[in-house]
Amino acid sequence: MIQALKKRAKSSEKKSKSVYAPNPVNEEIESHTLAIIVENEPGVLSRVIGFFTGRGYNIDSLTVAETDHEETTSRITIVARGTPTVIEQIKASLRQLVPVKRVRDLTTFGPHIERELALIKVAGRGDKRIETLRIADVFRARPVDSTLESFVFEITGTTEKVDAFIELMKPLGLVDVSRTGIAAISRGATTHDDED
Amino acid sequence: MSTKEAKQKAPKTKPANPAQMSGAEMVIKALIEQGVEVIFGYPGGAVLPIYDEIFKNKDKIKHVLVRQEGGALHAAEGYARSTGKVGCALVTSGPGATNAVTGLTDALLDSIPVVCITGQVPTFLIGTDAFQEADTTGITRPCTKHNYLVKDANEVAETVHEAFHVARSGRPGPVVIDIPKDVQFAPGTYKDAKTPGKHNYKPKTQADIAAIEAAVELMANAKQPVFYTGGGIINAGPEASKLLRELVRETGFPITSTLMGLGAYPANDKQWLGMLGMHGTFEANWAMHDCDVMICIGARFDDRVTGRIDKFSPNSTKIHIDIDPSSINKNIHVHIPVVADAASALRAMLEVWKKRKYKADKDAAQKWWTQIEQWRAKNCLAYKNDDKIIKPQYALERLRHFTEKDARDTYITTEVGQHQMWAAQFLAFNEPNRWMTSGGLGTMGYGLPAAIGTQMAHPDALVIDVAGEASIQMNIQEIATAIQYRTPVKVFILNNQWMGMVRQWQELLHGERYSESYTESLPDFVKLAEAYGGVGLRAETPDELDGVIEKMLKTDCITIVDVCVAQKENCFPMIPSGKAHNEMILSPDAEAFDKSLV
Repeated sequence: MIQALKKRAKSSEKKSKSVYAPNPVNEEIESHTLAIIVENEPGVLSRVIGFFTGRGYNIDSLTVAETDHEETTSRITIVARGTPTVIEQIKASLRQLVPVKRVRDLTTFGPHIERELALIKVAGRGDKRIETLRIADVFRARPVDSTLESFVFEITGTTEKVDAFIELMKPLGLVDVSRTGIAAISRGATTHDDED
Repeated sequence: MSTKEAKQKAPKTKPANPAQMSGAEMVIKALIEQGVEVIFGYPGGAVLPIYDEIFKNKDKIKHVLVRQEGGALHAAEGYARSTGKVGCALVTSGPGATNAVTGLTDALLDSIPVVCITGQVPTFLIGTDAFQEADTTGITRPCTKHNYLVKDANEVAETVHEAFHVARSGRPGPVVIDIPKDVQFAPGTYKDAKTPGKHNYKPKTQADIAAIEAAVELMANAKQPVFYTGGGIINAGPEASKLLRELVRETGFPITSTLMGLGAYPANDKQWLGMLGMHGTFEANWAMHDCDVMICIGARFDDRVTGRIDKFSPNSTKIHIDIDPSSINKNIHVHIPVVADAASALRAMLEVWKKRKYKADKDAAQKWWTQIEQWRAKNCLAYKNDDKIIKPQYALERLRHFTEKDARDTYITTEVGQHQMWAAQFLAFNEPNRWMTSGGLGTMGYGLPAAIGTQMAHPDALVIDVAGEASIQMNIQEIATAIQYRTPVKVFILNNQWMGMVRQWQELLHGERYSESYTESLPDFVKLAEAYGGVGLRAETPDELDGVIEKMLKTDCITIVDVCVAQKENCFPMIPSGKAHNEMILSPDAEAFDKSLV
C-alpha cells in the first residue's frame, strides 16, 4: 500500500520551487449573512474589518450601528463570500475576538429578512421625468426631494430589488446612488441569544 | 504613595481615599497584584511616569533594562514560556512600540502570554503627528490577541487586570495596553483584580464529553494510531504533560510532537518518535502518513508540519483537540473536533479509557510497532562525522552529553535556521517548559533575549542559546543586558559563515546560486564577548570541542562559544516543498537530490 501511495504521489507531482505547498483545490464559493453583536468601543469595527483584510476574506456588504444604547452594543451585519471552510473559519475567528459578544450566521440559521435602503438621484427633464415617476411607483420608491430637473428617491428592499431599480434609472438620468448595505434579522420569535 | 504622603496630599475636609492614585501608580500596583516579578523594558518620554513608579517600587518589582525593545519582548516570551506565567514588557511610544511589533507577532503565532505596556503621547496630542507618536493600537491590532488604548485613569487598573486575564486565558497570546502620558499622571481610583473587566471574556475550556467518548472509542479500535501533540500541551501547564504521559503509556501508542511541543513527552522514552514535520524524523513523518487514527492535541496542522496538505495522512481518521475553535478545520479537515484545554481533555480521555476498560489491539500494535521499528532503523539523523572539521550535529551531540551530566536543570533557547532544527533533532527534552524557540514566526534574534528572560526566571539553571552566526547578530546588543544583570547565559554559536538554511534552499532548489547568503565580515565573537565584559571561547577542531564546552559550563557570566563548523552541511531529513510526509529525503539521498526541480 505504501509503495502504491509512493508511486501515486510521484506521478502526480508538479515541480515547485516554493517553500510552501501548492494551493489546495477550491471548493464552491458561498455568500453568507452574518449578524455580529459587539461591544461598541473605539477600534472595534477596525478589529472586525482588519481580520477580514488580514486573512484575505471578502466582504460584499457591511452595515454597523449601535443598537443598544444602555449596554453600548452595536450590531454589525456582514455579507461575506467564501468556501464553506472559509465561512466556518470566519465565524470561529470572529468569536475569538474579545469585544465580539455573539456571531450568528443568518444564512444557516433559518429564514431571515434582508433589507437595504438606497437614496437615488435622477436628473432630467421632459418625458423622462414622467417615466421615472411611473417606475418609482412600481418599485414603491418614494420621492424625498424634487427640483424641476431632479428627483431623489428613497427605496427599501432586497439587494436585487435595489439593483433592478438602479438599472432602470440608468437610461433615465441616474446621477448618484447612496446605499446603506444590508441589515438583516431572523424571522419568527427567535432572538439573537438562541443557540444555532 | 506612602500613607504619610497620601495624608499630606489629600484635601483636609475629606478622609484620604487609599484607592485614589495616579495612572502610573495604578499600573505598577496592578502589575504587582497580578504577580509580576520581572518586567523587561526600555524607558522613553511617554513612559517616564511609570518608570518613576518603578524607581519607587524597586523592592517589589524588578525591571530589566534591555538594549532594544525587540529584546524586551523576546525576553518576556522566554520568561513566559519557561515559567508558564505571563511575561511583561514596558516600552515607550512611537519607535518603542514599533520595535516591539516583531516580538508581539512572535508571541501571537506561538501562543505565548505576554502583556506589553506602551507609552503614548498625551491624549490631546494624539493624531497631531506629535514627537514619537505612532498609532500603536492600529499597528498592533493584527499582531496581538487584543489591545487597549486607555483614555481614562479610572480604567487603568481594570484594563491591566483584564489584559492579564485575556493574555493567559483560552489560547494564550500577547496583549498591548497603550497608555497616554497624561493618563499616567491623572488621578483615578484603583480597582483590584477581582473587579470584573469591561468584556466578559470566557473561552470554553471544558471538553464536550460525547466528543471525548467518540474519540476514545476510535482510539480503542485503532490499528495504526499516532499521537501528534504540540505547544498547546505546554501551554496547558505541567499537569497536561503528566496526563499526556499517562495516556500514552496506557494506550501504548507512538507519539510525535511539533517543534513547539518538545519536552511535553520525554525524548528518552521508547514510544517517542521524535519531532515531525519538514525536518522531523523519518519514523515520525511516516507514522503520520500511514496511521489510521491521528490524535492531535494542542497542535495546529501548520504547513511546516503537514507538507503538501492534499496528501497529508490520507487514510486516517483525525481527532483534533484544541482550545481555539478557529484552529479546527483551518488547514486540515478533521473528523472529531474537540474544543477544550489540553489538560481537561486528557483527563477526560483517561477517565473514559479506564472506565470502559479499553485495551489497545495487541496484534495490531505489534505489527504497527514492527513497521515503526523498520522506519527507525533508517537512522534518519545519521551524518558523516569528520575528525578534522566539527560537524554541527556532532557539536550538539557533545553539548547534549555534557548538559545531561550537569546537575543543573537545562533550558535551551534557539535562534532560527539550521542550528534550530539540529537543536530540535539532536538535543533531548524530557520536561516541558525547557525549550524556547521561535516556531511560528521564525524570528532570527529570538534566542539571546529569550535566554536572558529564561535565566531571570531560573537564576540557578543552565540556560543555553543555540545560535547561528547570522541570527545572533540580530539582537547581539543584548549581551550588555546579560552582563548588567549577571545572567550567565551561554551562547553556543554554530558558526558556518552562512545563513545556513537560506544557503541550503539555494543549493537544493535555486541552482546553487548563493544570492546574499554568505555572512561576510563576521566579528571575532571571542573578542566581542570580551569587549562586553563576558567570556569568549572558540572551538576550531573536534579535539577542542569537549574542552570548550566544559569551560563554558563553568563560567559565571555570559559566555559566547564560537564553534567553527562545517560550512556546507545541510539539515536532513527534509520534506521538500510541495511534497508529502512519505516523500521526505534523508541525508544519503541528498546527493541524489532531484535538482531538476529547479
